[in-house]
Amino acid sequence: MDYLDHLEAEAIYILREVAGQFENPALLFSGGKDSITLVHLAKKAFRPGKFPFPLVHIDTGHNFPETIAYRDQLVEELGEKLIVGLVQDSIDQGKVVEQKGKNASRNALQTVTLLETIEKYGFDACIGGARRDEEKARAKERIFSVRDDFGQWDPKRQRPELWNILNGRIHKGENVRVFPISNWTELDVWNYIKREKIALPSIYFSHEREVVLRNGQWMASTPFLSIDQEDKLAFKSVRFRTVGDMTCTASVDSEATELDDIIEEIRVSTVSERGARLDDKVSEAAMEDRKKQGYF
Amino acid sequence: MNLLKFITAGSVDDGKSTLIGRLLYDTNSILDDQLEAIQKANRKNNDGTVDLAILTDGLKAEREQGITIDVAYKYFQTDKRKFIIADAPGHIQYTRNMVTGASNSDLIIILIDARKGVIEQTKRHSFLAKLLSMNKVLVCVNKMDMVDYQENAYLAIQADYLKLAGKLGLTDVDFIPVSALRGDNIVNPSKHMDWYTGDSLLDYLENISLDDKKSQPWRFPVQWVVRPQTDDLPDYRGYAGRVIGDGLQIGEEVLVLPSGVKTTIKAIELNQDSLLQAENGQSVIIHLSDQVDISRGDLLVSANSPAKTSREIDAHICWFDQKPLDTNQAYLLQNHSKVSKIKIQNIHFKYDIHSQEHIIDDSINLNDIGKITLKSAEEIVFDSDSDFPENAQAIVIDPRTNITVGAVWLEQEV
Repeated sequence: MDYLDHLEAEAIYILREVAGQFENPALLFSGGKDSITLVHLAKKAFRPGKFPFPLVHIDTGHNFPETIAYRDQLVEELGEKLIVGLVQDSIDQGKVVEQKGKNASRNALQTVTLLETIEKYGFDACIGGARRDEEKARAKERIFSVRDDFGQWDPKRQRPELWNILNGRIHKGENVRVFPISNWTELDVWNYIKREKIALPSIYFSHEREVVLRNGQWMASTPFLSIDQEDKLAFKSVRFRTVGDMTCTASVDSEATELDDIIEEIRVSTVSERGARLDDKVSEAAMEDRKKQGYF
Repeated sequence: MNLLKFITAGSVDDGKSTLIGRLLYDTNSILDDQLEAIQKANRKNNDGTVDLAILTDGLKAEREQGITIDVAYKYFQTDKRKFIIADAPGHIQYTRNMVTGASNSDLIIILIDARKGVIEQTKRHSFLAKLLSMNKVLVCVNKMDMVDYQENAYLAIQADYLKLAGKLGLTDVDFIPVSALRGDNIVNPSKHMDWYTGDSLLDYLENISLDDKKSQPWRFPVQWVVRPQTDDLPDYRGYAGRVIGDGLQIGEEVLVLPSGVKTTIKAIELNQDSLLQAENGQSVIIHLSDQVDISRGDLLVSANSPAKTSREIDAHICWFDQKPLDTNQAYLLQNHSKVSKIKIQNIHFKYDIHSQEHIIDDSINLNDIGKITLKSAEEIVFDSDSDFPENAQAIVIDPRTNITVGAVWLEQEV
């Protein structure tokens, strides 16, 4: 088998183990390319049957409008259930406090909404599109990653995970985060998207937009960012290499309008994918700390 | 392009993480922002060069202590091949994490410190390699710079290790003298060891053959039954799973185990396309000619080469839990998608890692490897580890904690 066939077969196997081992799983869908790939793999795992899980979107309210439009169209085509957890609701209920200041972002707040949504619906497994090549703490995580009653990850107490035997047994209140594309790299995802002709939100491709310079990176200009007179604005030809909130995802200069251009761009890139994510740059252990709190 | 998965093993401070760091660095697989983060972290070697180990030590506790606690997976590719590296911990107390990494690898690289030679962890990891049916072993004799790149030091270790390999029955062993710190024979040939004319590590990894595994009869563990029950497809019933072994094709006679019912393969589906045959490792959906009772946990096998079924099985075990194995307690055994209630009836012996001799003992503690007989509440379907390891592997779960406490290699029915 070609390496993409191998990665695909492994991911399908993992998705079916989730279906077989858990009572009430969910697929966390962000509208990014990795979770879009997961949905495609779920089709391969379960069609012509229905998915044995709903899609769950934790919506910060600061998404790119293109992402939301894509999400809604995809769900309609699929005929599967979508559950949306709103960070705005958590704010309105006083469960979290919105950050203030120039670099305010709702990225950290979504962990609370995620944990609440898991509890409200009683999900015992949440499938996510995280990959081990993204970040050094993620490089350590199991495919079935057990979270305690508080949604926390304990990196020192991970279960041994032998061969392809996945142990998803948990106590009540615990849940498992499942990462079917753990072993894929960024380039693997793009090559797979090309091979399978998977449609993506338009922001992944080069387009002209107004951008604002923040901490040396060009962000999409949006009312969600507090922009003042000192900020430098420009119109540039850009695309987004990773898609999170508009407040924490920086653009890259790009003329890549086709998948082949994007693949070539990534192949020769000297900066990692998460280099454009301000949320990872807070400290050396930023991702590990957030994961311990319950973040994906 | 194909994929090679390998693990690096060896004792603490043998330089495993440094070796991987060097491999990534010299193949230009480290990106600017990652390198910048390493430089910022300011962990330096004694001679002031950047400590490449920090690339894989992804946890705070690891960086604080300068050791590897859990497996880190790293990915890189060259024009010839894609690679997945499992960087495993060297400390004895983290053996279970090393086994986790090794169980999913095609090749094991065992590092030996040129100054220390073959030591206890070398023996333990080699023994585990044999137990995990990792037939390909590459020994990298590291820190050659610390012994003035002397051929004699290398040859002595090679001779020692070959004795060990002979005792264990590891037949496919290769050797490369390296200095991970200096980059000798990692990607570029060493300028200091004219006496060595073999491959550099990267050349070796790029060219090693993966297609020499012996062919096995197919097995199909049922993971999930696809039943749309829609107006269009009222009677559709497909069995979803991942193929192990070769020769699964339409028309093949099938034995459903443990029930023993016979039927034939009517159709094979991959992504709603029909296939005539399915190959090892493919995730497919199978349709059978007859309506038979099959659910998750059942194993479909070729009727021409049935698997074994038994409630009492001799097996090897490697124990991962702080709490010793308890012969009075019920455990769960998971092989493929099947979970069975078991008891460990007998502990026959455990291995002395130094001599591979049997120690007659009725206790199995953390990191011990031994031979046991297990008794199951239901029939377990398996093949013997010595001829078909992919269908002999299982894990032991403690039902009170739900933690995976052991790895099991099923050998034969009692």
